Amino acid sequence: MTIPDMDSVAHPQERRFNPYTENGGTILAIAGADFSVIAGDTRQSEGYSIQTRYAPKVFRLTDRAVLAVNGFAADGNMFVKKVKQRLEWYRHAHAKDMPLRAIARLIQTMLYGRRFFPYYVYNILGGVEEDGTGAVYSFDPVGSYEREACRAAGAAQSLVQPFLDNQIYFKNQQAAPGTSHPSHLPLETVLSIVIDSFTSATERHIEVGDGLEIFIALAKGRTLQGMESIRGLQELTVTEDGERLFVMRRDLKKD
Amino acid sequence: MDHFPTNWGRPRNDAFDAYATYPIHQRPYNGPKDSFADGVQRTQQPIVTGTSVLAIKYKDGVMMAADNLASYGSLARFKDVQRLHQVGNYTVIGAGGDMSDFQYIQYILEELSIDEISAQDGHELGPVEIHEYMSQLMYARRSKMNPLWNSLLIGGFKDGKRFLSYVDLLGTTYSASTLATGYGAFIAQPLLRKAVEGREDVITEEEARKILEDSLRVLFYRDARSLNKFQIAAISSAGVSISDSMQLDTAWSFAENIRGYGAQTQ
Repeated sequence: MTIPDMDSVAHPQERRFNPYTENGGTILAIAGADFSVIAGDTRQSEGYSIQTRYAPKVFRLTDRAVLAVNGFAADGNMFVKKVKQRLEWYRHAHAKDMPLRAIARLIQTMLYGRRFFPYYVYNILGGVEEDGTGAVYSFDPVGSYEREACRAAGAAQSLVQPFLDNQIYFKNQQAAPGTSHPSHLPLETVLSIVIDSFTSATERHIEVGDGLEIFIALAKGRTLQGMESIRGLQELTVTEDGERLFVMRRDLKKD
Repeated sequence: MDHFPTNWGRPRNDAFDAYATYPIHQRPYNGPKDSFADGVQRTQQPIVTGTSVLAIKYKDGVMMAADNLASYGSLARFKDVQRLHQVGNYTVIGAGGDMSDFQYIQYILEELSIDEISAQDGHELGPVEIHEYMSQLMYARRSKMNPLWNSLLIGGFKDGKRFLSYVDLLGTTYSASTLATGYGAFIAQPLLRKAVEGREDVITEEEARKILEDSLRVLFYRDARSLNKFQIAAISSAGVSISDSMQLDTAWSFAENIRGYGAQTQ
């Protein structure tokens, strides 16, 4: 029995409702030795139109976990709502906040549960692990995940990730003879890299711009060293557990 | 599993279904049946449609505008349709897209209001609650692949705070001080943003009305599915007021001077 080659056979066309759309924007997270930085631009667009100049894509889950969602905004916002719900149930059941690696695994199962009608979102979870180290976990729309030092996702991923590969992982770059590349970068350097990534992405990608929101998660006992000169820094910490969470906002070009 | 020893160790033929595994056997089912399941059709395209809805925040509250037309494709079928609807004492919802789905939404919101009023718990539905309810409803319908084919603007004023946001058939939501659906997003939004952005706390009711009317006029010039009969709703601390239908004046006399337009015959 020969199976016909489907590409050469004419089939009926149908105009169908498409349940997805793309809302643009870019997110980024970088893990430090005892902190984690998670950032996203605030523009939401559809096609060539800007829907709004301020639609947050990065959300506080707990004092040590921050989730950035990018792709289809309706799925992203609903997914964050559902994750927050699960974290609240965990909190009531176990009398403590969910550890970061457990939240990462939870996100995997929640995403895979919709394997056959996916949440069209690229998630990046950032924050502080139970052992006090900075962590970044990145996910694909159906739940494949990995812990990394840094990740960019969204419209300008192809512009930002290579920059990070060079500046964070020191790829294609040799240390001065007699020295070696630092294994962890200080907070001020990381913040500069984040801001430069977004200003550059805004220059060349139409879907990136308007505003930038940066969340900084600090491990227990870490001082505010490196953050003294940041203007407009706002603290979001709620618990007395020790980890602290801050947010800062900056403008990006509006064209 | 091949039960025939004479076939073991020999090349097998998968093209022959020896155990009649296909078509798949349907087990008998005697539970509750949905007799209409096979006949159900889901919304695939809007039929009777409304065009743009515009809205801005101003000094005292929020103002929203929409024309009175419901089109049947290219036919201007119903010219006295109210596309702005009051919900409770604090909110107005404006709809573009399929008008039958909007009528259903109005019915749902009416039922919701009745339930909330009869609860008598001292809480009243405000624009924030209406928006949250509509977002969940629209997203749930799209997730069942049976959307309510609308783009909605929800505007209101409650507890001293202005509220303005958008929900559509995909469950996409966003908020800004100026919003517009449909063609309005392309033609009116730039005008609204220029006039309003940064001045939300300064614009008076009169000026807000003028800004919306000017945008509606441009839309009437350029949107082929629009009408010059419209209504404006204003929501402030004084409550909700949806105006009577008004007429837009347009100026076409410039066409007389252009060869090929107007009454000229070259």
